[in-house]
Amino acid sequence: MQADRTTRMTGREDTGVKPLTILRRSLSQYPFLFALLLLVIALAVNYALQDNLFELRTLNRNLRGFLPSIILAVGQTLVIIGGGVDLSVGAIVSMVNAILVTLITAESSPEQVGLAILIGCGAGVLAGMVNGFCVAYLRLQPIVTTYATSFVFSGLALLILPRPGGAIPEFLEDLYRSTPGDIPFAVYMIGLVVIVWWLLRSSRFGQYLFATGGKAEAAYTTGVPVNRIRMTSYVLCGLFAALAALAYTTLTSSGNPRSGDDLTLPSVVAVVLGGTRLSGGQGGVVGTIFGVIILGVFRNIISFANIDSWWQTLVNALIIIAALAGPGVVTALRGRNRS
Amino acid sequence: MTSQTSSSQRGLPGLISQFGRVPPALLALILAVILFFAGGLLNPNFVNANQAVNIIRLAAFLGIIAAGQTLVIISGNEGIDLSVGGIVTLAAILIYRISDGNDGLLLPALGVALLAGTLIGVINGLGIIAINIPPLVMTLGMTGVIQGAILVVTQGELVGDTPPLLAQVIAAPGPLGIPGVVIVWVVLGLLMWLLLERTTYGKQLFAIGVNRRTARLSGVHVPQVVIATYALSGMLAAFGGFVLLGFTQTVFLNLGGPYLFPSIAAVVVGGTLLAGGKGGYFGTMSGALVLTLIESLLRAAQLQEAYQLMVFGVILLALLTIYGRQRNLRQ
Repeated sequence: MQADRTTRMTGREDTGVKPLTILRRSLSQYPFLFALLLLVIALAVNYALQDNLFELRTLNRNLRGFLPSIILAVGQTLVIIGGGVDLSVGAIVSMVNAILVTLITAESSPEQVGLAILIGCGAGVLAGMVNGFCVAYLRLQPIVTTYATSFVFSGLALLILPRPGGAIPEFLEDLYRSTPGDIPFAVYMIGLVVIVWWLLRSSRFGQYLFATGGKAEAAYTTGVPVNRIRMTSYVLCGLFAALAALAYTTLTSSGNPRSGDDLTLPSVVAVVLGGTRLSGGQGGVVGTIFGVIILGVFRNIISFANIDSWWQTLVNALIIIAALAGPGVVTALRGRNRS
Repeated sequence: MTSQTSSSQRGLPGLISQFGRVPPALLALILAVILFFAGGLLNPNFVNANQAVNIIRLAAFLGIIAAGQTLVIISGNEGIDLSVGGIVTLAAILIYRISDGNDGLLLPALGVALLAGTLIGVINGLGIIAINIPPLVMTLGMTGVIQGAILVVTQGELVGDTPPLLAQVIAAPGPLGIPGVVIVWVVLGLLMWLLLERTTYGKQLFAIGVNRRTARLSGVHVPQVVIATYALSGMLAAFGGFVLLGFTQTVFLNLGGPYLFPSIAAVVVGGTLLAGGKGGYFGTMSGALVLTLIESLLRAAQLQEAYQLMVFGVILLALLTIYGRQRNLRQ
């Protein structure tokens, strides 16, 4: 409601544009701009504290650490744009992580690894289908539904891998840590994700996804197959969660049935930081990727700023709230200027 | 949909929609009773008065913590409070520390805890209303702030003690062998009913939950009601921490965390719509009973943890299928 009114007002105020107005207008047009701005600031602060930040080794270490969360949050973005939310993504990571380390050993051949990855992705897709079926066809409320299914997936993870452990072949670790052409492997993967997103966005599915998240009833009456689109968004999210589990498994070279527990809520925060609206129908994957990197860089800053360890959680949480508040503060300030 | 068309429906969907006309709170309650006796099939020792009292007592903690959550969810607009777990922990630690086992300091300590919870709720409300941060991430971020503040202040050392009076009031059997916490819970239930059904605030809360724009146009001061709702939620969560401390008699950093998502599930299982504008606290009370019963049943069945988790998830899904359903697009 607030947003509606502000955009209408901006439309009328064409003379005497204030800098804040420009900022506000570009923010509403490109929601990820704020995330980009924040990322630049965060990176600058991080660089001031850690002068080897942009050296290949540091860059590679950071990015390969962020990659699982990036892939996971990308899947979350698709669901949120479609008007839902998926609180089971962390449990899916745990489950697929358990599957992967059970099927793969340190001596596995590339063929065996490939097969395991296929099975893991299949499990992720199946999990997404369960979520999608419950949300789209049984019309259950996404938050509690995916909370309920997360128990099922966590249980399966524990069943498959009762205790942490396992190992993966060296070639997989080496690939994940490699820097072909002096560019970290993770950058290629992020690039691939962005390309997939651009293809998705301009496809009919992409248009329908935005329509479904924006106003499901209106989309339905104009012939959008809302249920199928919702279902697909959860299936894709499950697939991305499986790929995130693959990245996590190669990052840590081991399995843990609770590996994904702490990944779910940060994925939602990253999506919101990236400018995607939790109410659906608006946003994008590029902002989300910025969002994940911002959260990671915040953690870097805190650990390099020699902050007393008891203060770290508080400082981190305060920075995150400040970052979340940013776009809203700009709006609020503009509102005050007007009156 | 008229009664004729829905009563003519056959098969499972028809049966489910028949269920749908029983008030959610009542259905959840009936379910709880059935589940309790079903427990006897798994384990004959499960069904007895002691066990029943024990389950109601355990449900009381979840139910009290879920009271504020009910209000926030009714307020609509994606309203949800993920800071209740943090506030529960904070309140318990405050009371533990301030009273330091001293009965005389129990009430002042409770006052401080309630004030802290209310203040956190007000900040949540301000962030959501004034700065437009989505409730989910605002309250999640607040949880981080609370945990961080606890770490800064305590430096990891949780010193203090539980006043014996608190433990006695909450945990020990009172009149007719009913533990104090259950009496507290029933009184809270009545107060919540009065608040929702008999006060202007209650009417305005449902109004903003249904549609903020129409509520505003009909004279409801929406920001005030929203901020008051989050403040109440914070205060009630703090009260939950007070009660929980009486039960655990010790504090730890994740005391309230395990109650966070169950508090949301209890609200939804009790028939309150996550979309807002519809629901009530009796439903949440029944929801808390059902969830606690399922957990106790699974424990009594002595399943492996992996199976316990899976069965809990499936049962929760089944419960949601009865009541958590949203409108069909085709209507």
